Amino acid sequence: MTPLLEVRRLVKHFVRKQGVFRAPSVVRAVDDVTFAIDEGEMFGLVGESGSGKSTTGRCILRLIEPTSGEVFFRGENVLQFSTERMRLARRDMQIVFQDPYSSLNPRMRVGDIVEEPLVIHRLGSKPERRARVAELFELVGLEPAHVLRYPHEFSGGQRQRIGIARALALNPALVIADEAVSALDVSIQAQVVKLLLDLKERLKLTYLFIAHDLRLVEHICTRVAVMYMGKIVELGETRALFASPTHPYTKALLSAIPVLDPDGPRHRIELDPTSFEREAPLKEIGAQHWAAV
Amino acid sequence: MADSLDPARDKPLLDVQHLTVTFGGATPAVDDVSFSIARGETLGLVGESGSGKSVTAFSILRLLQSPGRISGGRVMFEGRDLLTVTEGEMREVRGAGISLIFQEPMTALNPVMRVGDQIAEALLVHGKASRTEARARAVELLEAVKIADASRRVRDYPHQLSGGMRQRVMIAIALACRPPLVIADEPTTALDVTIQAQVLELLRELKARYNLALLLITHDFGVIAEMADHVAVMYKGRLVEHGAVREVLRHPSHDYTRNLLAAVPGAGGPEGPPLHPHVRSGGPSGPPATPQ
Repeated sequence: MTPLLEVRRLVKHFVRKQGVFRAPSVVRAVDDVTFAIDEGEMFGLVGESGSGKSTTGRCILRLIEPTSGEVFFRGENVLQFSTERMRLARRDMQIVFQDPYSSLNPRMRVGDIVEEPLVIHRLGSKPERRARVAELFELVGLEPAHVLRYPHEFSGGQRQRIGIARALALNPALVIADEAVSALDVSIQAQVVKLLLDLKERLKLTYLFIAHDLRLVEHICTRVAVMYMGKIVELGETRALFASPTHPYTKALLSAIPVLDPDGPRHRIELDPTSFEREAPLKEIGAQHWAAV
Repeated sequence: MADSLDPARDKPLLDVQHLTVTFGGATPAVDDVSFSIARGETLGLVGESGSGKSVTAFSILRLLQSPGRISGGRVMFEGRDLLTVTEGEMREVRGAGISLIFQEPMTALNPVMRVGDQIAEALLVHGKASRTEARARAVELLEAVKIADASRRVRDYPHQLSGGMRQRVMIAIALACRPPLVIADEPTTALDVTIQAQVLELLRELKARYNLALLLITHDFGVIAEMADHVAVMYKGRLVEHGAVREVLRHPSHDYTRNLLAAVPGAGGPEGPPLHPHVRSGGPSGPPATPQ
């Protein structure tokens, strides 16, 4: 079976000029990242700030142009697509952003925000598009009568539903959720996560779920890749990876999660950066489990 | 974690009684809230956005911005009602009696002032040290919060420090005048989980060393479980549950607490049901194309 999405040796370097007399410095935000996502998967990409997880997500959609590498979507390398072809491809690959406040245009009515992808892709007549927007509102649990309202009239959780409705307008196959529930209160977060999982079943969606909340990822993702300083250091089925983390960074990361039991075991592991080889390739260490050790 | 002092037996350090705060509307933002904190104790105040937990903290220090107004209650601290003392006395309490650690160290620190000077300022304002002494104390305090190479770091500006280091500087400022009570408003929310673990560890150590009482405001029950002796749950301006942390986490009595706990991924503990069962969909996924 061909995976829906396959990322091969993806690299994104940001070059920072430091003045006339100094050599520019290179930030290796994404440094040789390779993974594949099957149809219907909920694939978690986790890491801390600056690990390159969001840049990876954006490079896949070419919202940022990668420096090198390949991104195969249904077997075709999207990095070789023309602008026009890429625009068409984006119908199938959509993104939900983290901040429900800055990702919705405050001067547009929410109905127009959700309709906009249909307008851009010239799909349907005006009444057809309106009907689709109403349908999308219902799908994400919003009142279709509220299409004429502005974003500020909605709570954070509702705004994120609007962002999800916009992402689903074009019937995508892949949704990249970039910290899509991180800014929400825990009870609202649980509702939006439930919605994302419902939609996955109903619309046969595949998710790349980018997050820093490991507790959340553990409970909703089928497989997880852990990023550290631009590289995937460990990848595997969620259960296996959480049960037996192997890379020193994964161990340190998992041990840092606060435990809900006041008497629970706490064995905090500090990361020793000299304890692993940064350039080590991923190696199979168990069934469906790879680590860069 | 040491067992907390029994607040009923020991005279509490801070005793908030029937605190009510309004912002002009019909429903108060903080509605008849009462709790107390003993010396050396950590009380976790937990709730979601808009529950009134930060407003409670700001009211204790009388830092509410208009139209916020304390319309009732008492805030007893070291034998005085802070709601009745003069503004001059209140300035003495802030920093020297009760200090505050904010969530966002980048906005709470002055960007154009060296961090050492910001720590020294706290001492100078309260007349606790001469300029030279304050400089030396700043270095000591940076060492106390485990910033490596403190004598050089005092000359840094906030932007030269990482998020975790900035939060350590905030803690150093909060501790400068050795207050018996520190209010920490979401002190680790903006930090990565590994940095959060380090900052929490530091807070635990400092608490033990200085016998600090801590009012820890957070939305994260995991942080509460790791840090607090007692926990108070706020919902829509009211305290809906209040008790010893083990009791509340294991046997939450209020529906809201139960729902809040149930919403935390993995809250059921290792035996409990996860938020969502692991779903393995489709066939076995292929291995990632391993780089050569």
